[in-house]
Amino acid sequence: MTKIIRSASAGTLESNDVFVEIEPWDQGLQLTLESLVKQQFGDAIERSVRETLAQCGVEQAKLSVVDQGALDCVLRARVETAVARGREGQA
Amino acid sequence: MSKLVSSLREAVALAGLRDGMTVSFHHHLRNGDYVLNMVMEEIARLGVKDLTVNASSLFDTHAPLADHIRNGVVTAIQTDYMAAGLGKEISRGLMAKPVQFRTHGGRPSAIADGTTPIDVAFIAAPSADPMGNCTGKFGKSACGSLGYAFPDAMYAKKVIVITDNLVPYPLQDWSIPEIYVDCVVQVEAIGDPKGIVSGTTRITRDPVGLVMASYAAKVIEHSGLLQDGFSFQTGAGGASLAAAGFLKDIMLAKNIQGSFGLGGITGYMVDMLQAGCFQSLLDVQCFDLKAVESIRTDPRHQEISALHYASPSMRSAVVDSLDVVILGATEIDTDFNVNVHTDSNGYIMGGSGGHSDTAAGAKLAMIIAPMSRARLPIVTDHVTCVSTPGKDIDVLVTQGGIAVNPKNAGLAARLKDAGLPIIGIHDLKAKAEAMTGAPKPLRKGARVVAEVVSRDGGILDQIYSVPEGQ
Amino acid sequence: MRRSMLFLPGNTPRMLINGAFLGADAIIFDLEDAVAPAEKDAARILVRNTMRYMDLGGCEVIVRINSIDTGFWKADLDQILPEKPGLILLPKTGSAADVLEAGAYITELEDKLGFDRNTVGLMPLIETALGVENAYAIASASDRVAALFLGAEDLTADLRCQRTKAGREIEYARTRLVTAARAAGVDVYDTPFTDVNDDEGIEVDAALAKALGFTGKASISPRHVEAINRVFSPTQKEIDYAYEVMEAIRVAKEQGKGAIALYGKMIDAPIVARAEQTIAAAKEMGLGREEQV
Repeated sequence: MTKIIRSASAGTLESNDVFVEIEPWDQGLQLTLESLVKQQFGDAIERSVRETLAQCGVEQAKLSVVDQGALDCVLRARVETAVARGREGQA
Repeated sequence: MSKLVSSLREAVALAGLRDGMTVSFHHHLRNGDYVLNMVMEEIARLGVKDLTVNASSLFDTHAPLADHIRNGVVTAIQTDYMAAGLGKEISRGLMAKPVQFRTHGGRPSAIADGTTPIDVAFIAAPSADPMGNCTGKFGKSACGSLGYAFPDAMYAKKVIVITDNLVPYPLQDWSIPEIYVDCVVQVEAIGDPKGIVSGTTRITRDPVGLVMASYAAKVIEHSGLLQDGFSFQTGAGGASLAAAGFLKDIMLAKNIQGSFGLGGITGYMVDMLQAGCFQSLLDVQCFDLKAVESIRTDPRHQEISALHYASPSMRSAVVDSLDVVILGATEIDTDFNVNVHTDSNGYIMGGSGGHSDTAAGAKLAMIIAPMSRARLPIVTDHVTCVSTPGKDIDVLVTQGGIAVNPKNAGLAARLKDAGLPIIGIHDLKAKAEAMTGAPKPLRKGARVVAEVVSRDGGILDQIYSVPEGQ
Repeated sequence: MRRSMLFLPGNTPRMLINGAFLGADAIIFDLEDAVAPAEKDAARILVRNTMRYMDLGGCEVIVRINSIDTGFWKADLDQILPEKPGLILLPKTGSAADVLEAGAYITELEDKLGFDRNTVGLMPLIETALGVENAYAIASASDRVAALFLGAEDLTADLRCQRTKAGREIEYARTRLVTAARAAGVDVYDTPFTDVNDDEGIEVDAALAKALGFTGKASISPRHVEAINRVFSPTQKEIDYAYEVMEAIRVAKEQGKGAIALYGKMIDAPIVARAEQTIAAAKEMGLGREEQV
């Protein structure tokens, strides 16, 4: 399991990007999502975020996602980067 | 005799407004307009209720209209375009009566034939004389053409000219003559020059926009229409303007002497006129200072009325002689129907303007749009709202390929021979969705909040309210 | 075929996802100068995902990693190499040793990933005075080297001269690199033209590069791509001539003639070699003729 030990963020609020913030949390995963395309892609975004966290071994974290119409591969990259920046063992 | 009245309040009182009447406005002052709000405030003060506002376009600066609707002063709206601010409120169900959207050609046609009679027209005039001769070419609030105001002036029962630059009689080089005008009011300012016209409209620097623009220019080059006598209209969007820039280079390189440029006119069209690409510009509205300067000083740059521009019920209109028009879209479906009324969540944020008039008239109607915006593919199975029917659209240009309406097979063959990346519209949709994923469809609200009236008067589509949380 | 190579900033999603639509034969995802030090981690993951999940059409992907005097380059390769980039652009290459050092790590990763060795080619970016002087040694340092690439901005800083539009200051570097690359049997690519608003300047600069022997040219602006492609494509006249040369050769062979002439000019081996190159390029662009059986 990967433990998130500090607040970290990744991405930007530019178009086609997404801003992801991650924080330590000890009660499972808590996700908040804002998106320009929430109606059309809200479910898909949440699925990708959870999948990426699982691949990174993160089971507990608080995550805020502010999406500016990022494609799925961009979203996954930003989540992975935020995790890498917030997890233990990082300088 | 003098038509001058001392204040706007007096002018509104003299107009004899009663409950249930229709007042009209034109939109050349765009988002800098003060007149609509000033007038509506005076009308509200008089206690008149149940009015219809017929405006050629409504911008975000007209947000106070929402309060007049809540207070029952205004109960119906007719317009050709509604910006996102008011549009959002309408989409949430602000008004009991659906907004009626017309086109820039359909509106004057309906005014002229009595379908939508106007009781009192308010003309915002950057310069006027005391008898009501007026123009947009001069004055601190100069906006250039007053094209959309002509039908209002010609057919309204009462016409009130409001100016912030009163000049001695007779005004030189007037646009709208005194014969239509009942009274004239001088005010401090009719608008904020910063919002009326932009200093410069800008060509896009966005790489995707430039790729689309380059394709668009090549489509025109190889359409078979680019020859002496060519006529052209383009919108003021960044990619459309860039396309005009590329087209200018092609026309100069091939020494093509075009006939006219049409529309809302920008500095880029003025550049084309001055470079010899066209013999004249026909101008229903100016978008920037360069266009205003040109219409004021260059006799080849002519003002035209909305009736002359695009009315389907005149004996002819300029759009009937148009070769190529470049237009935008928020969505286009696999039958080439185009939506320019609602945004990706179904909220009203635009309108046809001259979109469907020019598409119907032009020999080649081109849509230029990116394959996707904010992860939403531009091509859908069915547009949320049909603003312009697909039968009038010939080609869709995106950075990911060019889709030609199957009704125009000859064009597809010509463009393919020219080495352009032609793609079927279904394939283009699939290509975009491979990038973005397939979007879940929007939910539709229960109420009709607006009707889209086609340029010849039929109901083209209905716009529904947007449900909570969308 | 790489007539044009377009640099795209490695941490800007909007540019990466549209890179394939901008008309370039190859796109260079840039992890070096276009990415701030604090965002290197984000950019390499973003570029990796773009390569993994996006259909980039027929566009070849090249990645500019950080130079080997930074702490970033190995992490760059760790993320990027599994996606099999067409080439790795190695900035600030000054010597054969730099090539060998980067190459050794790439070999290590190739072995770990189960790729054949030399699956991923290297393109040294020559942008120092030392690099120019060592150009042949660099080009011939390893089989992994696929091409040389001239970077004039950093080079002119190193030379302590002004970078100008006319480019007199890089004449030596240009001819030196072309000579070194050709001597080593690899391709060679010219530096970007940096005035994005000068549409005539790019034509002139690209034509000069072609005349000097460059294989193609890089660009930092999508606006320049079309001009570069045009300049580095064979013209129809050149293609027609190439086919005539090949036909003349065929006829001469049939008739058992040794020396032959076309339009009064002797057809010798270099002319035949060039005709073959032209036809190969034309075929790649879809301008070639059907094979005659």
